Order: sequence, then structure tokens, then C-alpha cells
Amino acid sequence: MQPTRTFDTTNAAFAAGVRTAWTSVFAMVMSGTYVGIGALAHDAGLSAIWLTMSTIVVWAGPAQVIMVSAIGGGATAFEVALAVTLSAMRLLPMVVALLPLIRRPGRGMGELLLPTHFTSVSMWVESLRLLPAMAREHRLAFCNGLSIGFMVVASVFGLVGYYLAAGLPTLFAGALLFLTPVSFLISTARNAVAMLDRLALALGLIIGPALVYFQVGLDIMWTGLIAGTVSYAVHRLRGASA
Amino acid sequence: MSAATELSPYLMLVLLGFLPNEIWRLFGLVMARGLNEKSEIVLWSRAVATAILAGVIAKLILFPSGELAAMPLAVRVIAAACGFAAFLAIRRSLLAGVAVAEIVLIVGGYLSGH
Repeated sequence: MQPTRTFDTTNAAFAAGVRTAWTSVFAMVMSGTYVGIGALAHDAGLSAIWLTMSTIVVWAGPAQVIMVSAIGGGATAFEVALAVTLSAMRLLPMVVALLPLIRRPGRGMGELLLPTHFTSVSMWVESLRLLPAMAREHRLAFCNGLSIGFMVVASVFGLVGYYLAAGLPTLFAGALLFLTPVSFLISTARNAVAMLDRLALALGLIIGPALVYFQVGLDIMWTGLIAGTVSYAVHRLRGASA
Repeated sequence: MSAATELSPYLMLVLLGFLPNEIWRLFGLVMARGLNEKSEIVLWSRAVATAILAGVIAKLILFPSGELAAMPLAVRVIAAACGFAAFLAIRRSLLAGVAVAEIVLIVGGYLSGH
């Protein structure tokens, strides 16, 4: 058991969250990813303010890539909304796994609205890694600081990409797009200490592409339900036999 | 008719970006009511979230869009595998893993003529 990390004040916990965001590898990865998204937004003819607003209110890299490239590519409104909502399903189980770590006894749900909106892969991975070793009363402030720290990085580098757009060579643009899957893969693996998480990761990597290959609809949702439930079942059975 | 001509950009942002995305977060907020971090449904949710993430990762590498699609499949897969191996070999470092994967991708993309 690690010693519990505490802070003197709520502000100190918030500041520690911001610092953690800015010194984390995710800040670098996110910079690259948002340079790519900014360039896409520029090429789709959207404004710099629109780009920044989308980072703040949507706050999900894959959904922003889908929305911006679909708008640029002339998709219908229904197609864009459907693609975005399918990509966003992952947020539901992430919020369910995160909020019980943050919730304080005797407080209402209101203070959980911000972390709910802030839930995204980078923030989720870092929160699940760092919050359990932290005093409960400081987790909310830390988590909000972490998220706002990430959001500032994403907004600023989105603008960098927006104004650099024309000059991005193809090889470099491809390398920026590769940052998201590679950093998600390695950070999820780093967090997967329990057998449950390792199995879910491994099964998801196999079942996901298999469902796409066999053209099963809603492949991402089925991947989560099948691979997640199988991993959970194995975890329960092993627990029962131990 | 395309989305860009149907709606103003900001209406589009709310209707096609914010709402379809945020709804899942709000469902999560409602479902998390009364659950504690040790409860079984939270564990199951963590497994489902991890598996969904794994599926998204695999899709982004195997079936990418944009400029990444121009790189050969073999280069993308080998780069991801090298990054993962570097992560395991170098003190489970995220930075080392991402850096090695990116270097292999860029060198591989360059050698294959991109």
C-alpha cells in the first residue's frame, strides 16, 4: 500500500493537477495530436475560435477528428452526429469507473459535473493511476486541475496547428496521427497492472479488428461488451477459485 | 446536402459535436450514482472501457484515416510493436515507447517512399 498523498489546501491540489498535466508525456502527445486537429480544422475552412470552442465543449480527440474531417468532406449532418456518438460510447464506462474514485461522502452530484465533462482518455488514464494513492478530499480538485491543464495544452497547440496548417509535410502529418493510438496503447498497458485490465486490453486488440474485418455493425460497442465481459468473468472465476 | 451548408458552424458544433458526445458522459454520471469504487459494476465498467479503448487503438492503427493511411500497414504495425517492446524494455516508460514507435514509423514511411 502506497502512503496517501495529501495537500495543504484545495488550491494546492488543483495546482498539483495542472503541474502533473504539463509535465506528463500526455502533454507532449496531446500537443502533437492537436497540431494535427488544428491543421484539419484550417483545411475544412473552420475558424480558429470554432476550433478552440470545439476543444473545450467536445473535449474528445477522436470525435473532433471525425467532426472536422466529415465537415470538410461534405458528409450529411446525420452521418456526422452518428459517427461522433459511436466514437463517444467509450466515455460512458469510463465515467462510471472514474466518478466513484472522486465522489466525496455527503456531497451532491453537482460537483461531479465538471469531471464528468472532462472525462477523456488522457485524463482517465492519469486519474486512475494517480487518484487511488491520494486523500479522497483532494481528488476532485486534483482531477479538475489535471483536466484544465490538458485542455490548455490542447487549445494552444490546436491553434499552433491551425496557423501552421499549410506547411505540414505528409510524413509528419501521418506521424502526428499515429501519436493517438500509440500513446493510448502504451499508457493503457502501463496502467494495466491487474489481470482484469491486461486481459481486457489484449482481447480488445484482437476482437476489435476481427469485428471490423467481418463487418459487424457497432464494432466498437461489441468489442467493449464482449472483451470486457469475458475479462470480468475470468477475473471473477479466478477470484472464486483462489 | 452536406453538413457544412445546412447549419451554421456553431449550431453544427452543438448538434453534431457536443450533444452526441456529451450524452454518454451524462449517462455515465447517472449510472455512477451510489456506486463505490470497489463495487462489481465499477470493475466491469473498467474492463469494458479498457476493451473499447483497445478496439479504438487497433482500428486507428489497422484502419486509419487521413495521412496515416498513406503509410504501409506493415510499417504501422511494426512501429507500434517496436514502441510496445521499447516500453517493456525501458523501465515501462511511456515516453520511450511513444518515441521509438514514432521514429520507426517515420523511418519506415521514409524508406517506403513517403
